[in-house]
Amino acid sequence: MTVSPLGRRVLAHHLLWPAVTLALLLAVNAVFNPGFWHLQWRDGHLYGSLIDILNRASPLALVALGMTLVIATRGIDISVGAVVAISAATAALLIGGELVVKDGVQSHVSRVPMAVAIVAALAVAALCGLWNGLLVARVGMQPIIATLILMVGGRGIAQLLTGGQIITVYYAPFFYLGNGFLLGLPFAVFIAGAVWGVLHLLMTRTALGLFIQAIGINPAAARLAGLPQRLITVAVYVFCGLCAGAAGLVVSSNVKSADGNNAGMLMELDAILAVTLGGTLLSGGRFSLAGSVLGALIIQTLTSMIYSIGVAPEVNMVVKAVVVFVVMLLQSAEFRRAARGWVWRGATA
Amino acid sequence: MAAAPVLEAQGLTRRFTGVLALSGVDFRLFAGEIHALMGQNGAGKSTLIKILTGVYAADEGELRLGGAPIRPGSPAAAQRLGISTVYQEVNLCPNLSVAENIFAGRYPRRGATGLWRIDWPRMHAGARELLARLHVDIDVTRLLSSHSVAVQQMVAIARALGVRARVLILDEPTSSLDEGEVEQLFAVLRRLREEGLAVLFVTHFLEQMYRISDRITVLRNGERVGEYLTADLPPPALIKAMVGRELSAAATRGSASGTAPGDAPTMLEAHGLGRRGHLQPVDVSLRRGEIVGVGGLLGSGRTELARLLFGLDKRDGGELRVDGTPVRFAGPAEAIRHGLAMCPEERKFDGIVADLSVRENIVLALQARLGLSRFLSLGRQRAIANRLVQALAIRTADLETPIALLSGGNQQKVVLARWLATEPRLLILDEPTRGIDVAAKQEIMDEILALARAGMAVLFISSEMSEVVRVSDRIVVLRDRRKVGELPGDSSEQAVYHMIAAGT
Repeated sequence: MTVSPLGRRVLAHHLLWPAVTLALLLAVNAVFNPGFWHLQWRDGHLYGSLIDILNRASPLALVALGMTLVIATRGIDISVGAVVAISAATAALLIGGELVVKDGVQSHVSRVPMAVAIVAALAVAALCGLWNGLLVARVGMQPIIATLILMVGGRGIAQLLTGGQIITVYYAPFFYLGNGFLLGLPFAVFIAGAVWGVLHLLMTRTALGLFIQAIGINPAAARLAGLPQRLITVAVYVFCGLCAGAAGLVVSSNVKSADGNNAGMLMELDAILAVTLGGTLLSGGRFSLAGSVLGALIIQTLTSMIYSIGVAPEVNMVVKAVVVFVVMLLQSAEFRRAARGWVWRGATA
Repeated sequence: MAAAPVLEAQGLTRRFTGVLALSGVDFRLFAGEIHALMGQNGAGKSTLIKILTGVYAADEGELRLGGAPIRPGSPAAAQRLGISTVYQEVNLCPNLSVAENIFAGRYPRRGATGLWRIDWPRMHAGARELLARLHVDIDVTRLLSSHSVAVQQMVAIARALGVRARVLILDEPTSSLDEGEVEQLFAVLRRLREEGLAVLFVTHFLEQMYRISDRITVLRNGERVGEYLTADLPPPALIKAMVGRELSAAATRGSASGTAPGDAPTMLEAHGLGRRGHLQPVDVSLRRGEIVGVGGLLGSGRTELARLLFGLDKRDGGELRVDGTPVRFAGPAEAIRHGLAMCPEERKFDGIVADLSVRENIVLALQARLGLSRFLSLGRQRAIANRLVQALAIRTADLETPIALLSGGNQQKVVLARWLATEPRLLILDEPTRGIDVAAKQEIMDEILALARAGMAVLFISSEMSEVVRVSDRIVVLRDRRKVGELPGDSSEQAVYHMIAAGT
């Protein structure tokens, strides 16, 4: 079999298998749900299953982008789910909101200006990231343990903030983040897209990508070459916190409330999974931002698929696990080689 | 000595993929003696010890313990025969108690029914008893890590000794101990000698060796040079035996850089630079365009000096001046900002960034110095990398090849290129020619001379003394982590070895 140079480049591309996986899952979805590909224009925006997937994948993509950088430096951040909850609680608490009727005109009034609430929520999330980063880079804790502290404690903080209740938000402008549309597409997609775009610029226009990879591959050599290793490590955790904070805003806006107990639950694992599906190794070093975004889309498509197939709720986690297992096998170059060997032997035997 | 040796080896030979590591070596070890095994790197010391302790099997030759031939197939088998070893790296578990460490893998069990129940009282008593033999009285239930390194070493010895050991082998036991701790260890060894144990140890510290040993076996290039009574072998004779050259057969090229600028401005100056347990305070200075060699055996403090100068380790005393201005480096980044550069000893661990390309490896330090935002364009990176790849004749398929795929010599050149890209004023080279082929070695040496001619100060560290005397304008001689003196660049290798041997 001869392969053209272009074909070889496509086959060797690191995004090939994540893309194939996504395409397969979308195809399976379309089989079970005939209207899956259908898009229509309604109320000034696009409407359909694909748009739903994009919208719901956005917060996960945000968290996965932050996680990618952390993993690239040989770290991991399992507190992002808790940070999502903290950010959501902070925003919901500060905005609150009530309906005021004045001179016969109804208007929504927030407790503090929405911009202040958003900045405050992001600031708290960044602070969470700073705490993680300092524990890892200054104190020298292992990343999984350092972030475990906030994973457990952060959930508690979120519940303290919400007083153990679900705080409902009554301030319509806030709902735009998670439910609004811009140019016919969900606004959350633009948030995730903007973060991705900024990161892409940072990686291509500054030396950040080179530094992060060098630190992830060989921290000792990186330090000896004069890289600001600690500073970058801390910055990466702060950024990861910020991403989780932004995701928290989208999530709470989407459900118009904040639930300290359930917001962002298990999101850290989905984010790690998304990064891995995207082809970034947990051992650090080389990473792919686009891969992580594809990974987030894969996970969301899978979730939609499970709902549209009508899997009973009590078995959907098992189904998800099985599919993830198969996907991981497909993406493993070693497994593919072994599988080719079996097929080959089967054919000749 | 009248008595028969406890342990005797005859004609031991061992090859590794065709290379002769040990060739017909005879060796004797008597009860009640402390025996030192000496030799340069690669002389075959480790191979011999590993055969004695059952890690390797000899290709030829035989081993006798107490007159009976033995063939230990593993360290455990050797230990059962009564040959116990304490390795260089103290391989104990810091998070277990002292007693657990001593009995790891052979915990005393209790009763027939309680087959899996550990007999703690018996274990603790046993541990105390073994340590008492070494005159160490500590709480055996406390974590190993709560004790000093010296005590940990004693625990390692206690573990190795068990109850029936006849031979104790120590591989570089003092390399992580300070002066007081060494004395503690030696006191224990002397007591064991009095009990009739045969002790064999390897060390790079000559002075310590003379303090403790009764007899010496010297190896060179896999062969036994001889066996001597310590009292009959003064340091110069020992070094001659180890290095293998007549003291008079000196061939030097002296100051090859030709500049040896006596009046060039001083670039870097260190006074009383030191760090406890690493390096006793030393004075070192370098002028522009000067190559200062560091002479000394392994473990003499060469790498420690380089790390202190480069800000990798923090000094706990002394003063460092760059261009006459006092400086205190918080880390390599600051040293680099002052124009320093360092090729580290361990290329794999501290030098190369394996998955990155040759280009990325070359621009790394320069980019770090420029900072995040002043990003070198891909074109500039390629130009810089290309220039250095050609200047140093680095053999690589192309600039985007991952550095891990290059040969050792070419990897070393890439690391050198990384520093040349920063246009440093002082280049510290720690073993730049280790483990690379002869041709690459020559090219690197030539490059170093050219750099010095261009005005760069170079601190040159190498185990190969011939290289040091060939390129250096001046040689700083270290021994036992102290500076013992300085020699002019046209000194002979033997003069350096003389100074190492004589230094006290």
